[in-house]
Amino acid sequence: MLDRIASFGRLGLDIVASLGRSGRFLIGVLGGVPRPVTGFPLLIKQIYAVGVLSLAIVVVSGLFIGMVLGLQGYTILSDYGSESAIGQMIALTLVRELGPVVTALLFAGRAGSALTAEIGLMKATEQLSSMEMMGVDPLRRVIAPRLWAGFIAMPVLAVIFSVVGIWGGMLVGVEWLGVFEGSFWGNMQSSVDFLDDVMNGFIKSVVFGFVCAWIAVFQGYDCVPTSAGISSATTKTVVYSSLAVLGLDFVLTAVMFGDF
Amino acid sequence: MGSNAYISLKDVVFSRSGRRIFDGITLDIPRGKITAIMGPSGTGKTTLLRLIGGQLRPDSGSVQVDGHEVPRLKRKALYTLREKMGMLFQSGALFTDLSVFENVAFPLRVHTKLPDDMIHDIVLMKLEAVGLRGARHLMPSELSGGMTRRVALARSIALDPELIMYDEPFAGQDPIAMGVLVKLIRDLNSSMGLTSVLVSHDVPESLSICHYACIIADGKVIGEGTPEELKAHPSDQVQQFLQGQPDGPVPFHYPADEAGRDFGLGGKA
Repeated sequence: MLDRIASFGRLGLDIVASLGRSGRFLIGVLGGVPRPVTGFPLLIKQIYAVGVLSLAIVVVSGLFIGMVLGLQGYTILSDYGSESAIGQMIALTLVRELGPVVTALLFAGRAGSALTAEIGLMKATEQLSSMEMMGVDPLRRVIAPRLWAGFIAMPVLAVIFSVVGIWGGMLVGVEWLGVFEGSFWGNMQSSVDFLDDVMNGFIKSVVFGFVCAWIAVFQGYDCVPTSAGISSATTKTVVYSSLAVLGLDFVLTAVMFGDF
Repeated sequence: MGSNAYISLKDVVFSRSGRRIFDGITLDIPRGKITAIMGPSGTGKTTLLRLIGGQLRPDSGSVQVDGHEVPRLKRKALYTLREKMGMLFQSGALFTDLSVFENVAFPLRVHTKLPDDMIHDIVLMKLEAVGLRGARHLMPSELSGGMTRRVALARSIALDPELIMYDEPFAGQDPIAMGVLVKLIRDLNSSMGLTSVLVSHDVPESLSICHYACIIADGKVIGEGTPEELKAHPSDQVQQFLQGQPDGPVPFHYPADEAGRDFGLGGKA
């Protein structure tokens, strides 16, 4: 019994220590002002790695999710004879919720895990140590560009996801199921508000991007530098990012849309 | 050794995960010489290099490099001091996404504002010194273990450091690669006037090139001196290590319960 209490206490201490380390780590990463001449090319390279290379999965997923929304929406709405509202339903669902959340989940699985594994392997092969010994701070040189790249790429990917999703919904609703195109776009235009819906969704994706990138680079930097350590860190990145995104989504939704 | 010491450790105590690795170690490393630090695996030889490089801080005691008290240096001063240090890691630690040329050019690009053609010439000179000028287009994944270390060596001398630390340079090398590394370490030291610290447990190779050696075990220096002095050292522990005897002051058996009990003989197991 005492052992259990002790191990519970140890777990609590580990969690607090890990949170503390990740906070100090973040300050260390954001504290250094990047030199524009050297920092910019590194940032561009990372935006390509985490952003551009994630485009395929984001576009394909967005398309299918939009198409499924079109089908499901039509089935339900046509029961009430209001299938013309399908455009606004798809747009609101994507822009407010599915765009930022699903993109963030995909981002954590595609880019986050890659970031963690890459940084973890750099740690295991002493590349980070050798950089330190050359008088180059790996937090600025390796970590900061990756964190910023995730932060920048994620909202852009979420916007692309929503746009492609709406287009997929239009394909199914208008082109296939025959909803009148004018009411599809017209209803969407009249019900989607730029500030309340589009901007709030965008803010969500900015927050998710930051959290996912932070978790990914921290897990890589903090991992035990062995193959088992890297594998566990990669798993943690995906699990923690997904849980953080879903939890934060509830909080942000309550703050943004909760004033009944 | 006094003012001739480039690195000076005094009463350094260091523990990690509750285990005391150094228990008041005191050591001087002379300027311009090759000093070998030897000892059994797990005695903290690499940790010692990390203390010198300021990657770890001691619990107590002083670590001085070229007159600077390393643990007390502010971040910026520490990074400036590190520009005078080169370190050859056991794995080579080349950046896997950069070619051999770019690996060697890395410290020059970061720390100097030299024009590209000058960087090109310096990198080729450094690669020529380790015999790999022709391998400049290769990626680290295309190199053998010995070549990886030679490229890493070229990279660590790119900024013409005053001190170079070798972490187990001979581990896992074939005889030819080992011979090449021994020659390079000796030549670089004499031609560049470097202070070299060599951490290794390869006794014959280390003693053949070092001017001064010290053996650490159990968190302390158990023997030091020139290679000749060490070979005549009276301590049994030093002799066991130098001659590679399987049993002696360092026992063959890991501490265990009485064998009879473990095998269930002569009483309850």
